Amino acid sequence: MAEIILKDIEKFFGPAYVIRKLNLTIKHREFVVLLGPSGCGKTTTLRAIAGLEEIDRGEILIDGKQVQSLEAGDRDIAFVFQLFALYPHLTAYDNIAFPLRAMSESKDSIDKKVRAVARSLQIEHLLAKRPSSLAGGDMQRVAIGRALVRRPKAMLMDEPMGALDAKLREEMRTELKRLHLENEATTVYVTHDQVEAMSMADRIAIMNDGILQQVGTPDEVYHSPANLFVAQFVGSPVMNIAPVTIKSDGKSMQVSLYDDASAFEFPSEIAAQIAASPAGVGDLTLGIRPEGVLLSREARDGYVPSHVHLIEPLGAYDIVDLKFGVSILRARTKSGFASKAGEKVWARLDPAQTHLFNTKSGDSLHIRLGDGAH
Amino acid sequence: MAHIKFHSVTKRFGNNTALDALSIDVADGEFFVLLGPTGAGKTTALRLIAGLDAPDSGSIEIGGEDVRDRTAAERDVALVFQYYSLYPRYTVRQNLEFPLRSRTRDFTQTEIDQRVDQASKTLRITHLMDRKTDRLSGGEMQRVSIGRAIVREPRAFLMDEPLSNLDAKLREALRSELKELQIRLKATFIFVTHDQVEAMSMGDKVAVLNKGKLVQVGTPWEIYNRPRDLFVAGFVGSPSMNMLVGSVSGSQCSLFDGAQKLLLPAKTAGASVTVGIRAEDVEVGPNGPVEAVIHDVENHGMEKIITLRVADTLLKATVSSKMQTIVDAKVKFGVDPQKAHFFDAASGMNLSA
Repeated sequence: MAEIILKDIEKFFGPAYVIRKLNLTIKHREFVVLLGPSGCGKTTTLRAIAGLEEIDRGEILIDGKQVQSLEAGDRDIAFVFQLFALYPHLTAYDNIAFPLRAMSESKDSIDKKVRAVARSLQIEHLLAKRPSSLAGGDMQRVAIGRALVRRPKAMLMDEPMGALDAKLREEMRTELKRLHLENEATTVYVTHDQVEAMSMADRIAIMNDGILQQVGTPDEVYHSPANLFVAQFVGSPVMNIAPVTIKSDGKSMQVSLYDDASAFEFPSEIAAQIAASPAGVGDLTLGIRPEGVLLSREARDGYVPSHVHLIEPLGAYDIVDLKFGVSILRARTKSGFASKAGEKVWARLDPAQTHLFNTKSGDSLHIRLGDGAH
Repeated sequence: MAHIKFHSVTKRFGNNTALDALSIDVADGEFFVLLGPTGAGKTTALRLIAGLDAPDSGSIEIGGEDVRDRTAAERDVALVFQYYSLYPRYTVRQNLEFPLRSRTRDFTQTEIDQRVDQASKTLRITHLMDRKTDRLSGGEMQRVSIGRAIVREPRAFLMDEPLSNLDAKLREALRSELKELQIRLKATFIFVTHDQVEAMSMGDKVAVLNKGKLVQVGTPWEIYNRPRDLFVAGFVGSPSMNMLVGSVSGSQCSLFDGAQKLLLPAKTAGASVTVGIRAEDVEVGPNGPVEAVIHDVENHGMEKIITLRVADTLLKATVSSKMQTIVDAKVKFGVDPQKAHFFDAASGMNLSA
């Protein structure tokens, strides 16, 4: 059992206000990812949970008990760092056994536990080796084994795959997730990589400048980003955004990017929703993911003519850049849809996948037509 | 003209052969990418073109001329590095002017102004001209570095992982900008990267290197859809191509204990075969011939990548984000026979090539 509650956490480094009134509940057995750019406060938050960093204000509760005055060693939490932090003179076996020996367990019991962890990590054949003769991925597996062997209530991981190459990271993602399912330890995982966050998390907590921006399932943060920061931090290629001018005549609504002449058509009911939204006062910014920009090779009702500006083939699909005045809209198409730059195409913005934000505050108006991608 | 050619170029550092008989041919005005993992020899190749190192054997031509006896300065190519090499106490303008003020060049102030103006407009940094470079963001610094290359109007731009220190969002934006710049300048770009997404999205041609050897040169479409061997197949594309052990009988190859049968390309009798299938070519649905258990589900926004487990074999499949996927539930799937790749398991070579 391990439920972790952060209540009004604040942390200063000198004059720098690095965590600002953070509130977050991590449920028992949950896999929560703290996601954000460097300097956003995610690692400091993780270290505060572990007891490696003191907080200036607020409370940290683990299973209902205040822990902010407890030493790291008394919190029954395991920590895995980005850099493997193994003892170079010990074998993989002894590295994994180390925390158990510190608790003076019997030799038999240690051996059983080390081998069980090694089996689940598929590193049984490496137990006799020293870290220097292991590949990066295997070193990280040993480090994770060392964290797991104590069967801690919670696992905290700080960019554990940051030092691995792309292919290995893909494999480790699946392994870590399976491991989590088997171990059921509450896990808090820090990364700046949104792909990692999206693909592993039960819930993602997105931070920027020490402020929690949004907490939600991968689907929620992807399909209903709370603000422009989340909208552009999650998803690749990045969500298109552009300030818009909106005109409505009651029958339909026309949306132009910046002051571009061409206007995209939207159902008129959006105009009423904008008027009703508290964030709808003032300048608006439109956001749409590349898969929401629909293209046609022929003129069609509701489609606006444009030209292919650039094509980025990515194998499974292409990203096609279109230019509207000074704005670039990127569309996701089938591989080979556009054959060359300069080609004429017609574009439409799928209203169900269109987001509107208040330009000044960045907040989403939370207007959604239809059920979007869901 | 900046047609660049390698004729069987070998370069050793001590006992390590960094480049092994590399022959490549870069057309004038081409965006040419050297792609490979660490240690593949990509940066060595770039340094040889720039004249920062000399080959042990073989020759390099730039614009039809063997550059063996040409110094780095005489080669008239510009290098842009991963780490921006700017003068921190200088303003952006001074940094851009610097390469033009060299004593070997004889530019008037008007000419210098013209080139600097042009470059700063191209890179959209006109508003930063009077700022000191240590007050710039990473993306701005890298634009200024590229600007320092542009003002020289070199015959070719050599870029060594110029985007790898930037964050994901900026990297995406600069990818398009660089590609657009290359089209506008009609310049020859040789671009080194270990990131297959950069290679695919920017390159007219991609040369895949591994351990100092050229494995394949082709358009992004060719290296993705017609990988020459298992290395290219596994290195290009994300998620990595699924590699499965096929059992061969006559002209047929079966997977998953015979549940999925595929027709082999001609001339492969007796070979032991590795079958490569990309995640997007695995079709999950009730009519699939193979039964699997969902081992893992990854959310990727508009789609999910699920890992399927059949006995001890794992493979990845791309499915719509709308599909219901529950870990440890049973599903059926099949492989699109048209999209399967067959490799000789021993040599790793593509059998259809």
